[in-house]
Amino acid sequence: MKMTTLDRALLFITVFLSAYQIVVGIDDLSTAPITAYTIAFGVLLVAALLLIILGFDVLDSPIVVIVSTIIPLALSLGLVWEHLASYRALYLVFTIIGFLAVTLTRTALMQNHAHVPTITIAIVHGIAGVTIFLLPIILSIQGIMKPAFSLVGIGGALIGIDGLLLSFLKGGKPILSRDATLKIFPSLLLLMTICFVAGFKFG
Amino acid sequence: MSIQSPIVNPKSQSPRRGKIKLYFPLIKSSQTGLLLATGIAGYLSAGTRIGLLTLLGMSFSLFLAISGSTIMNMWYDRDIDARMKRTHKRSAASGELHHTEVFWVGMIISMLGIGWALTIALPYGLVVFAGWFFDVVIYTLWLKRRTAWSIVWGGISGAMPILAGRVLATGHIDLVGILLALAILFWIPTHTLTFSIKFREDYNNAGIPTFPSTYGETFTRATIAISSVLAALAIGWASVLIGISAGYLRLIAVLTAGLLLLAFATFRVQSEQVNFGLFKYASLYMLSSMIILAMKAFQP
Repeated sequence: MKMTTLDRALLFITVFLSAYQIVVGIDDLSTAPITAYTIAFGVLLVAALLLIILGFDVLDSPIVVIVSTIIPLALSLGLVWEHLASYRALYLVFTIIGFLAVTLTRTALMQNHAHVPTITIAIVHGIAGVTIFLLPIILSIQGIMKPAFSLVGIGGALIGIDGLLLSFLKGGKPILSRDATLKIFPSLLLLMTICFVAGFKFG
Repeated sequence: MSIQSPIVNPKSQSPRRGKIKLYFPLIKSSQTGLLLATGIAGYLSAGTRIGLLTLLGMSFSLFLAISGSTIMNMWYDRDIDARMKRTHKRSAASGELHHTEVFWVGMIISMLGIGWALTIALPYGLVVFAGWFFDVVIYTLWLKRRTAWSIVWGGISGAMPILAGRVLATGHIDLVGILLALAILFWIPTHTLTFSIKFREDYNNAGIPTFPSTYGETFTRATIAISSVLAALAIGWASVLIGISAGYLRLIAVLTAGLLLLAFATFRVQSEQVNFGLFKYASLYMLSSMIILAMKAFQP
């Protein structure tokens, strides 16, 4: 499916918002969350740029599944590091093992075990997704963070929807048709980025 | 048939507006704009007080010098441009503009640009002249048709605008200026070699030695990957020395990671799509880096 000018415009805004977040949005944090958020928004920025340059065909690359794992893993690690100090080490280990597991199960070694990569990605994305979705909302409800911080959770839900649509499409059992998925993809990506940036800024 | 000979075309009698339309593609507006952006970034990266008149003078003189050298390149290469699908419609190659006229327009614009640059500041003017000399004399007239390594000289010439901007701001050639120039020098192969892979048949038809035709695609892609790493190192080091904020450093690191990823992908995957992606990304990378470096002028 050909990318429209509107798609490119939406992706450009995503790039600028991600760049803003990297440059000024996370300046006051400590080193570990800064690194985690830089990786998350950095991957988002580069991915949006590559989509603008190469079009939707880039989503057919097998590396997309691995790269798209980095965003929720890095974001959730940043959140846990900032707000759940006692789980830092545990979650860091999960992040590293999760990323390695997704990468390794997508290699040729697992070609004869078709269900293993799917289960692995479901577990890794699931834990990271639930963390991004629930943690900001709980923190907002408890009054530890401002209500606007729950926008990060909404962003987490949107990244989950994005991920599900793409995963099922790539798995050959699409929830929406390929054209419909690609049509809403740039808007979802932008909306997700807006939620993250606004959540961190005003939360 | 001698391709160097002028082809008289009724369109060459077109009115002045038509002439401008014919000349505009000869200055390669995107490339000239990008090189001009490097010059402005070089100037602003020094973080010195911005003199608006100086900045304007620098921009116009640099624009004229770069445009002039590009027109000179079009004038001399009209025969090989005529043999390439990608370039045969250029007005100098197609004969829509007479080659003598193209030569004089190129020379006059070049002299105006270099002359103006020399009046702004002697060291700045000399660097601008060096860039013109490397591009027109060393690269275009001497080496382009002889060796694939001519791109190094094209790269050195492309590195001069950023050095010129830096020299204008600081008054001398410093380590940052050299690093910025090196960043452009190493970035240019990323840009031009991906281009020469994409249009290798065109270059073969024109008899221009390129890396893909001389050393093969694998070596060319390895060169692209290595030069990308070197460009990234140079721009990273320069950014630290310039003292840009941690946030902008993070952004440069992210953009650099994207460049390296694509450079190594083009080495491993060897697809036209990845190759084209690298070509486009490299331009965006350089433009973004220049904007980031220029931000130094606006930091408290």
